[in-house]
Amino acid sequence: MPMDILMGNEAIALGALHAGISAAFAYPGTPSTEIMESLQGFAARGPSAGPERLAAQWCANEKTAYEAALGASFAGRRACVSMKHVGLNVAADPFVNSALLRIKGGLLVVVADDPGMHSSQDEQDSRALAEFARVPCLEPSDQQEAYDMTRAAFDISERYRMPVLLRVTTRLAHGRSAVETAAPPGRNAHSKAEDRWGWTLMPHAARGLWKEVLAKYEALRSESEASAARERGDPLRAVITAGLALEYYRENEAELSGLPAGKPSHLHVDRYPMPYAAIREICATAKRVLIIEEGAPFIERYLRGILPTAIAIEGRESGEIPATGELTPDNVRPALGLGARAGQSAGAFELPRRPPQLCQGCPHLDSYTFLTEALTAYPVHSVNADIGCYTLGALPPLEAIDSVVDMGASIGMARGAAEAGLVPAVAVIGDSTFYHSGITGLVDLAAHGTSATILILDNSTTGMTGAQPTILPSERLSRIALACGVAEEHVVLLSAHKKDHEANVQAMRRELDYQGPSVVISARPCIEAMKKARKA
Amino acid sequence: MKYDIVLCGVGGQGGISVSIVIAQAALAEGLAAKQSEVHGMAQRGGEVLSHLRLSDRPIASPLIPEGTGHLVLAFEPLEALRYLSSLAPGAAVITSSAPFRNIASYPPDEGLLSALLGLPNCRIVDAEAIAREAGNPRAGNIALVGAASRHLPLSESSLVQAIERCFAPKGGAVVEANLKAFVLGRKA
Repeated sequence: MPMDILMGNEAIALGALHAGISAAFAYPGTPSTEIMESLQGFAARGPSAGPERLAAQWCANEKTAYEAALGASFAGRRACVSMKHVGLNVAADPFVNSALLRIKGGLLVVVADDPGMHSSQDEQDSRALAEFARVPCLEPSDQQEAYDMTRAAFDISERYRMPVLLRVTTRLAHGRSAVETAAPPGRNAHSKAEDRWGWTLMPHAARGLWKEVLAKYEALRSESEASAARERGDPLRAVITAGLALEYYRENEAELSGLPAGKPSHLHVDRYPMPYAAIREICATAKRVLIIEEGAPFIERYLRGILPTAIAIEGRESGEIPATGELTPDNVRPALGLGARAGQSAGAFELPRRPPQLCQGCPHLDSYTFLTEALTAYPVHSVNADIGCYTLGALPPLEAIDSVVDMGASIGMARGAAEAGLVPAVAVIGDSTFYHSGITGLVDLAAHGTSATILILDNSTTGMTGAQPTILPSERLSRIALACGVAEEHVVLLSAHKKDHEANVQAMRRELDYQGPSVVISARPCIEAMKKARKA
Repeated sequence: MKYDIVLCGVGGQGGISVSIVIAQAALAEGLAAKQSEVHGMAQRGGEVLSHLRLSDRPIASPLIPEGTGHLVLAFEPLEALRYLSSLAPGAAVITSSAPFRNIASYPPDEGLLSALLGLPNCRIVDAEAIAREAGNPRAGNIALVGAASRHLPLSESSLVQAIERCFAPKGGAVVEANLKAFVLGRKA
């Protein structure tokens, strides 16, 4: 069988391709972006029409992507939707509701969590959302499993007629190792789900479907029991690992044999619903159980509950392993009874940190420079910003923004701040983020005539994730503002160049003084995207 | 046999091709390879770190355990000092000599140089000069692979083949320049 070194995200994309998907949808987000980028590569090399065509498309946001994937499943074909963990919050409505549907074509939702927050605003654990929705969740431990489980997920989805969530984390998504692949089966034929009451969530239908979901979830539990891997060891000491944490356990395993009690008994959980029987069995004679899991203390909390137990339950919640951040082969060692290892050091040499920063020549630098200067005229003001490269405007030397919360929050927050009397209120948002989740905020702004200024930093790309194309061309931004009802003279186009600095400051001040909603679009293409386009 | 490499530099220096070249060469020799890196925000001029592990047996952790690494391969001299805790006592540091000064608090050359020279096993390579000599200013990273090649548990020929394969999509001139940079780096 062919073998190649693949990034986790490439392995997932290849697994989905080999599972015979017909459609894939996504919004870029680290660490999930390369899944769609790889799928688009496959799509470009495949037929552009006909039953073998692969549609692999970026979408406005994760919710629209999820709904498109649902539609493809409804049409009987296999579909994949991929996103980062916080993207699943945006797609939560279709995701949670889709558990109730009688899925037709296999539906896989890949969610890449970012523990340690390398490029994210939180480190939420998608296993909790999968369980909340009663959606089965698979958790691979390496790139090979990511490939294999991606393929298996479509079979599970069609067998149980449910969506399946594949949960990966940064180290797996962006790690590379050798992956053995297998020949793909054929594609599902196009065949509409002739099942109105399996797809129409009116209360009377949904009540019945919800009972089906609960029954299916219990049936899926037996699959989790069967796939949980058990290794006998010290009967008094149990270790439970999940997903990638297995690799950190294995890394230290040889040394465990040297401990007085020898190796502990070990259970590896690779999918949910939680395998209750397997966990009870491994813990039956144990006095202590340690849970090593990437992300939240999800399994650990299940085991501990709130009533006293006879068995000591150790993990991230109890403090044996750090409660936040990524696991490492080192930070699990104390919990396993192993000592720390020392490396080299630079002695007394003081090593300055090198925080990320906007690229030299980035248009956002010019936009922030004119915004900050314009705001010097107003001792009290607020600047609510958003998710993207321009989030870096919070750091020195710019220190130009007051808040960053979630995709689109800038507009809602600036509006709320203005309504609460904090003016001038400015929302700073990129073009891609505006299309993702800013438009509805603008609708509110226009509907209430709130005195706030939206500054759209239009660089014609989704920059932070590696310059994917923005979903619609830039020239539509002003038309959207007009269509929402912002007055024509307060939809202002600026060019984010140093030479226009003075004019931009004046234009910005005019809008800050205006008592009503205004939209300022500061445009100049991303220099990284231009470099990438030249290379292509 | 196992061999663990910490690759580090500043976002945008393009260290990923180096990981791929070494990992492909390892695969061709029947070794296991596992690599881990971080994308996204950090890539915007910040510290970037990649771990590459090679072994003749299956590799578990994608991250190198503290105090056990065999080599720091740095694309920038300040970054060469950031991950020393990963290295086993006496293990090697190979770094480019060219500073990437994008922070105000960047240390003066003298202090940086003496910190590097104070390490038990450090080699400073003028990768930029080699790249210029090889005819492609972007070939500096492969010059560093050349410099590291005498430490790596990989044959020269499998590294050469991996370079050819990795840069083939960019055309013959790019392949030639990188091969030349590799050879010059190996001699450096």
